[in-house]
Amino acid sequence: MSDIVIPRGLVAEPPAPPSTRRGLWRWLTTVDHKDIGILYLWASLIFFVAGGIEALLIRWQLAVPNNHLLSPEAYNQIFTMHGTTMIFLVANPALFGLANYIVPLMIGAGDMAFPRLNALSVWLVYFGGFILYYSFLSGGAPDAGWFAYTPLSEISYNIGNGVNYWDFGLLLMGMSSVLTSINLIATIITMRTPGLSIRRLPLFAWMVLVDSFLVIMALPALNASLVMLLVDRYLHGGFFNPALGGSAVLWQHYFWSFGHPEVYIVILPAFGVYSEVIPVFSRKPIFGYEFVALSSVAIAVLSFAVWAHHMFAVGMGHSLDAVFAFGSMLIAVPTGVKIFNWIATMWQGSIRFTTAMCWAIAFIVTFTIGGLSGVAFAVVPIDWQTTDTYFVVAHFHYVLVGGTVFGIFAAIYYWFPKITGRMLSERLGMWNFWTFVIGFHLTFFIQHFLGLMGMPRRVYTYPNLPWWGAFNMISTIGALVTLVSVLIFVWNLYVSARHGAIAGDNPWDGWTLEWATSSPPPPENFHRIPPVRSRRPLWDLAHPEDPDWAREGAV
Amino acid sequence: MFSSSPFNPVSPQEQVISHLFIVMLIILTGIFVLVAWLVTYNCIRYRHRKGAPLPPQRTGLKWLEIVWTALPVLLLAVIFVLTVRAMHHSDPDTPQRTPDIVLIGHQWWWEVRYPHAGVTTANEIHLPVGQAQLVEFRSADVIHDFWVPQLGRKMDMIPGHPNRMWLDVTQTGTYLGVCDEFCGAQHAWMRLRVLAQPPDHFRNWLRQQQTVPAQPTGNMAEQGRHIYQQYTCGNCHAIRGTPQNQVQVAPDLTHVASRETLGAGVLNNSPQNLAKWMRNPQAIKPACYMPDFHLNGQQVQELVAYLETLR
Repeated sequence: MSDIVIPRGLVAEPPAPPSTRRGLWRWLTTVDHKDIGILYLWASLIFFVAGGIEALLIRWQLAVPNNHLLSPEAYNQIFTMHGTTMIFLVANPALFGLANYIVPLMIGAGDMAFPRLNALSVWLVYFGGFILYYSFLSGGAPDAGWFAYTPLSEISYNIGNGVNYWDFGLLLMGMSSVLTSINLIATIITMRTPGLSIRRLPLFAWMVLVDSFLVIMALPALNASLVMLLVDRYLHGGFFNPALGGSAVLWQHYFWSFGHPEVYIVILPAFGVYSEVIPVFSRKPIFGYEFVALSSVAIAVLSFAVWAHHMFAVGMGHSLDAVFAFGSMLIAVPTGVKIFNWIATMWQGSIRFTTAMCWAIAFIVTFTIGGLSGVAFAVVPIDWQTTDTYFVVAHFHYVLVGGTVFGIFAAIYYWFPKITGRMLSERLGMWNFWTFVIGFHLTFFIQHFLGLMGMPRRVYTYPNLPWWGAFNMISTIGALVTLVSVLIFVWNLYVSARHGAIAGDNPWDGWTLEWATSSPPPPENFHRIPPVRSRRPLWDLAHPEDPDWAREGAV
Repeated sequence: MFSSSPFNPVSPQEQVISHLFIVMLIILTGIFVLVAWLVTYNCIRYRHRKGAPLPPQRTGLKWLEIVWTALPVLLLAVIFVLTVRAMHHSDPDTPQRTPDIVLIGHQWWWEVRYPHAGVTTANEIHLPVGQAQLVEFRSADVIHDFWVPQLGRKMDMIPGHPNRMWLDVTQTGTYLGVCDEFCGAQHAWMRLRVLAQPPDHFRNWLRQQQTVPAQPTGNMAEQGRHIYQQYTCGNCHAIRGTPQNQVQVAPDLTHVASRETLGAGVLNNSPQNLAKWMRNPQAIKPACYMPDFHLNGQQVQELVAYLETLR
């Protein structure tokens, strides 16, 4: 017993040796958090292309009324796959990938707490994605929508194998998310470098921490209901089948008690990104650090009290509707606090309009539109009109694209130099940024009007009613502009990874620890970690005459 | 543009929703303008200038945090009160009596029953103007959703979970509706019409629907009736006055020729379109449950002649 040495922090496994392998074998066997982060980001990019092609097919089909390009069955598979892909295989892996790569560096750790578990998590994502997409080859992809409402997803109404592949794929990804989150929590709690107290934790790490708790509380609801659906489909159980004494509405409660926290799961790490990018490019510390951090906790707690706002049309009764309306309105408050703090961070700053910063600024404006239309959905009678229409399609794309996707773009422009050692082209970045923002608003703003004009979501075609064709055509043109933007982005990644300017350790003059090591960092991450005496250790190093710790002492 | 939208209400219930919606749009637009202005102001006023000194390293202001937490809370409290009030006005309580209309969702059509009159029709709801109708919503298979924007709230139609609400239309006219919960392959063509009529017109219509259609006369129509029997159309469809007058798998055809649309809105109802539908429904509404019977042109014409007698 006496010869067992417990290393600093929680290390349940022997530390993994730095990989000396090269090529494919290295990537397949790696347990380095940086490699795993990159693997996550690759998964996200690959599936972003797949989900994007699906989005273009949707818009192509809807460009004109009474279109027969896609059969209704094909269209239903494509929109189901688009939603499932973008949530589970693009947003989740991108954010977990960034968290994996950046968080250990930010807190001065050598790796994640459980490196092998980390490798398992990323490969579960690939495996889950493979199973989901294999459904196309096995006779048909899932076609019950990304939330697979029962009894439409039950065997009585859906005899194909698509929903089974969807179910198994999501189970694997769900397990992966839980494992990664346990890993991130253990890492952030136990492996911070001395001096990096929880009140000095960079906000990206803060949000990832809150996010991880959200995942381990929300995902089990999904995983359990997925198993129940499998029991219904394979073993003729009747959980969600009214014909066998089950309840069709039960699935909705289970799914959304995961599904709404999931919305915050994919937005909180993006909030973390903005909370890093905006201060650095405003040359000021974040305004109201404690309020930005604690409002995330408020969002996480409240996110479990809002799920039934997806179900106001179900006929739950006014009292229950009102309770969930109350929760949904309340959650706007901590979100608003964040928005105002970011704006106040820019106030009196010295703003550098790098591509990363442009994404963050565009986010504030775009996300505000989505957040405000979200408040409209909490107003129950308005929801009774707008839910399940193109108005809601517009709303959640403003939130998920304007919030999460803009955040991922900001993060990639911000941390690409750290990850590759080379700068992304700012010129291509600006083209990427402006085409995307214009294409996005062109695609989705007009969908608010389509919804208000009576267009339901998830229709493979529509009658030639006044203006419907014209508005849908504009939306499709917007999607094509977005396509151009994504091509520019991929080209930028490709060219810059090869020929981009050499980044150096700290190209943005950042203040958190990831900028204190080389770009890319060595396998062990740090040769020497600077002392941490405040939230901005690198500021303290550069400004010994005006260090943050003096200010913090004053507060 | 917004002629058949929630902003063109034809019922007191939708009037309430429309009014609240407009109030909310004004409030939300105001907030958006404030945020967008602050961001734009910052971007212009505080953009980096060459040689400028580092900005003051301010880390927060407690009173400001309190202000932008408290003000939204107060605003939301007001909105919440407006919401609850509007909920009760736009969806009044329903009694436990026999409903005036029972609407049953099927993949992918609407069954409309009038329990008091014993009438069953499909894909269009006739209503008397100015007389609130108690409607019950059910489903025969998966979840559907009743949504006619100009009339008021939408309501899910859930198997094993009947819902009720009032339909109280105050203007004559035809109002377009649609299934608004994804319900499978032909969700797109599960469209609905509400025809609000003056009460005496409505009574006449109901009386007409109660009659049993006369035996067809004329060679074509009689032949058509024969084909209808021979091809077992009655296994799914009901026509009163024929042996198969009870089945509810597919739309009741007793007065099919008097309806405005075919296939839940996929075609306008005319003899030409009915013939088109009969020739191959799968070409018009792919994946619907009516198979292609491979009828020849002669048979189609005869069937159409028969069905056109069902007025």
